[in-house]
Amino acid sequence: MYQTRSITNQLTFFQKVRSFDFILLVCVLIIGIISCFSMYSTDGGDLLYHSKSHAIRFFVFFLMMIVFSFFNIKFWHSTGYLFYFIVLGFLIWASLYGITASGSQRWVSLYFINLQPSELMKIAIIVCFARYYHRAQVSDVNSFKNLLFPITILIIPIALVVTQPDLGTSILIALSGLVVLWLAGLNIKYFIYSSLFFVISLPFVISFLEPYQKLRILTFFNPDKDPLGAGYQIIQSKIAIGSGGLTGKGFLKGTQSYLDFLPEKHTDFIFTLFSEEHGFTGSTFLLAIYAIMIFRILRIGSFTRSYFAKLYCFSFAAAIFIYITVNMSMVLGLLPIVGSPLPIMSYGGSSMLATMLGISIVMSAKIYNKQVIS
Amino acid sequence: MISGSDTSFKKLNTINRRMFIFSAAKIVVFSGIVARLFTLQINQNKKYLTLSDKNRLREWKLPPERGEFTDFFGNTIAGNLKVYQLHVVPEQVEDFKYLMVRLKDILDLSEKQFEKIVKKKKSQKPWETLVVSENLSWDQFSKVNFYLHELVGAKPVLSVARSYPHNENFTHVLGYVAQASPSDLANNEIIKKNHVPGLRVGKIGLEKAFENDLIGSNGIQRYEVNAYGKRINQIDFLEGKKGKNIRLTIDTEVQKLSNELLADKSGSISVMDIYTGDIIAMHSSPSFNPNLFLYGISQEDWQKIMENPLKPLINKTVAGLYSPGSTIKPLVALSALENNVISPKFKVKCTGKMEMYGQAYHCWKKKGHGYMDLRNAIKQSCDTYFYEIARKLGVDRLNKTALKFGLGEKVFGQTFIDEKKGLVPSTKWKKDNLGLGWVLGETLITGIGQGYIQTTPLQLCLMTAQLANGGYKIYPRIKAEKNQDSFEVIKSKIEIMANKKIEDEDTTISPIIKARNFLSTEKNQHKILYRNQENIKFILEAMWGSTNEVMGTSFASRFDDKKYQFAGKTGTAQVKKITERQRELELKAKDMPYEDRDHALYIAFGPYKNPRYALSIIVEHGGSGSTTAAPMAKKLFKLIIDRHEEREKVFKQNLIIS
Repeated sequence: MYQTRSITNQLTFFQKVRSFDFILLVCVLIIGIISCFSMYSTDGGDLLYHSKSHAIRFFVFFLMMIVFSFFNIKFWHSTGYLFYFIVLGFLIWASLYGITASGSQRWVSLYFINLQPSELMKIAIIVCFARYYHRAQVSDVNSFKNLLFPITILIIPIALVVTQPDLGTSILIALSGLVVLWLAGLNIKYFIYSSLFFVISLPFVISFLEPYQKLRILTFFNPDKDPLGAGYQIIQSKIAIGSGGLTGKGFLKGTQSYLDFLPEKHTDFIFTLFSEEHGFTGSTFLLAIYAIMIFRILRIGSFTRSYFAKLYCFSFAAAIFIYITVNMSMVLGLLPIVGSPLPIMSYGGSSMLATMLGISIVMSAKIYNKQVIS
Repeated sequence: MISGSDTSFKKLNTINRRMFIFSAAKIVVFSGIVARLFTLQINQNKKYLTLSDKNRLREWKLPPERGEFTDFFGNTIAGNLKVYQLHVVPEQVEDFKYLMVRLKDILDLSEKQFEKIVKKKKSQKPWETLVVSENLSWDQFSKVNFYLHELVGAKPVLSVARSYPHNENFTHVLGYVAQASPSDLANNEIIKKNHVPGLRVGKIGLEKAFENDLIGSNGIQRYEVNAYGKRINQIDFLEGKKGKNIRLTIDTEVQKLSNELLADKSGSISVMDIYTGDIIAMHSSPSFNPNLFLYGISQEDWQKIMENPLKPLINKTVAGLYSPGSTIKPLVALSALENNVISPKFKVKCTGKMEMYGQAYHCWKKKGHGYMDLRNAIKQSCDTYFYEIARKLGVDRLNKTALKFGLGEKVFGQTFIDEKKGLVPSTKWKKDNLGLGWVLGETLITGIGQGYIQTTPLQLCLMTAQLANGGYKIYPRIKAEKNQDSFEVIKSKIEIMANKKIEDEDTTISPIIKARNFLSTEKNQHKILYRNQENIKFILEAMWGSTNEVMGTSFASRFDDKKYQFAGKTGTAQVKKITERQRELELKAKDMPYEDRDHALYIAFGPYKNPRYALSIIVEHGGSGSTTAAPMAKKLFKLIIDRHEEREKVFKQNLIIS
């Protein structure tokens, strides 16, 4: 901590503020505001529970993000493992004493918030891996001995999340981890081998899935088979998006959501609601904002000097990209329905916290882009 | 930096390269998502918009308002009555049990009714209207309104229901309505199209025959509903079309009189205009009150109707089959004259019975009539005389004449689904259906309207009308139509036809064929049914004698006033073969068990000088035609002729002068 402070002293407060990435900040702000309005729409045009708590969360976590941005990037480097283990601890807590809702034990109750540690793990795994590969030599990366540690680090949380059960989040954690491994220079053959192994073992994996998960996969291939049952969500989502047209039905006028045809409209299907009300124009606009955000993060990564910050930024950008893609593909009927929130847009404190935390580390990398981590 | 700058450089190289690959992939994937959005929102927008509308819009069909029936003078005989109903939407009720208990108390519902409603509630969705009572009395209605503030969720509603203001008077003509059954829906596209739960459709009679005109079309309420089917708000309201009103040719007064005359008796009365074929009255007795069927008839009432030995459910006018008895005699006589079998001067001595191959055929007059000519035989209804001419005529020639005058064929065709054809026997018929040869004795009894021959009362009325108008075919109708020829037009057409015939007499082509050719250009051709009109005139005159001369069978029912004078023919149809012993005893009708008594029949037309109306009366087991049926005709003609002028007035008002 002492070291951190000494380096902070080298930059004045105003210098720090000036080196903020304002474009990234504005992107986050725009998405946040859009999400608040969308939440207002899900409440049927009233300031009810969802819209209020979402707005408060966004506001609080946005402030938190700005404050955390002033932390030196070295701090994140040094606490990388600690962060991971704290989140892992929460995960174990959740699996032991967690709160169960809709058949899944995902949450731990802190007195001010119900935390979903699996969401935080998406970030923690990236920080942890970035720390690990910061030191590793390229030649060492591909040695079997050096692979053991990251794989163990990855498998433990995935296993914990799968048993909650929460297939969607565990897949996203796995993808986050794999992205770091890929960027860290892991030999491409490992990916080819493991994906081959995955394909071969797929039938076995499927046989271990819960009946409802199997149904979801079947539904994805043929949603019209059971339009009122398993296929209902995806069919209604497609109807909502498709009926939005070029400019949408108008704010607060999305009949699919307003009349409750749309399931899970606060969380996973928030994009559907937005797309129904604002149409193709609105959807592409939102997509563009996300794209700019990802681009800015990549840019910050390429200008930062430390390998830790670079690896983190690239990985985080890729992870954010994956979350967005998976969510959108899902509501557009391109992927089976797995629970995956849309960053910042979806209702949910833990997801918001994790995303904001992730962005604040990026911001810190921007401010301290000259910082060298030994 | 612990690692050498070389490895560090290599590391950075790797990450930058891989990041670049990844970024390229990102662009591809994002483009894919945009493309997908484009397909859904731009290309397939229409498809999904309709699907979305299908989701949120739901139509409620409102029951169509049924057309009304009026009589010839425009009086409503089947209308729509405003009724007070009590509706409850369970969803809007806080405490359903409490409400029901309160309503039970206020409406004085029986335990059974109460349970029925609770059961019904369970079978419905909570937002669907539950009809607690279909027909509240005014007392109940005002009571509910008085307590309405305590009855949250209960809605007193004004609705319409079918009503028959003349109760049992028109039952068999109009039929009745009841809830549409699955077979109604399957057999009638229009009912299916306009159907709403609880819709009442015609089950029989004209209500069924004119269903497609009467039904009207639905009003439509379009609502926006949410995913659970609850109505959110009304988007659209289309008013339905009321069904067509139908005016009948029936005169309510005559119909009512018919009902009164046949009170407590089983039988039928039909009255017809002999030129236009308009049905003036058509009643089958006993009748029942069709209003009972409106809300589902009670078990008790139904039992009463079902168990009545006089069979109120049968429309005897079109579905009752009777031996015509002596009422067939004018037709037998006509057939004999037309076929030149006899001349009017032909005489037979009646000794009270006639022997044929050892079998005795009795005349109704035991002592016999003595020497009879044709006119006297009709007037006094001598059976022996008709045995003799039937024998000479043969059943097949009689069959032809009878068919020509409308016997053995449905009068209305499809209008009344229960209408019967009756039967006019012939040698061929017997061979085909019974496989036996015709016996001469059967010809004899056919000549007095017994044996195989069976007719409906309406057929007898039509036969009388076609005799009375001078032998021209008419087409009976019950629905008054605007574009009808006036009686004068019809008559003049007939006269032109007759003149044409005379003009053409010297040509080689048969005048009858000529006349028919001329008439075949008309839609409803008034075909000539005679060969020589003098024969018909003779028969009509003999019928006048039967009613207006001493010794005539219905002399007791005559009118001295020329205005009302009518001509008729009595008939007494045996139901059971009389044994020799009974014949000796000369049993009176009232001494016999009811079901063995003869049917009393009467056919007549009037006024004699200038005939316009024909009627037929049948009283089942009523004894003799002259004592039971003929006096009814007297009362009927009085009323019919008194109302003639008024009828003509309305008739002329409704003419379309082209």
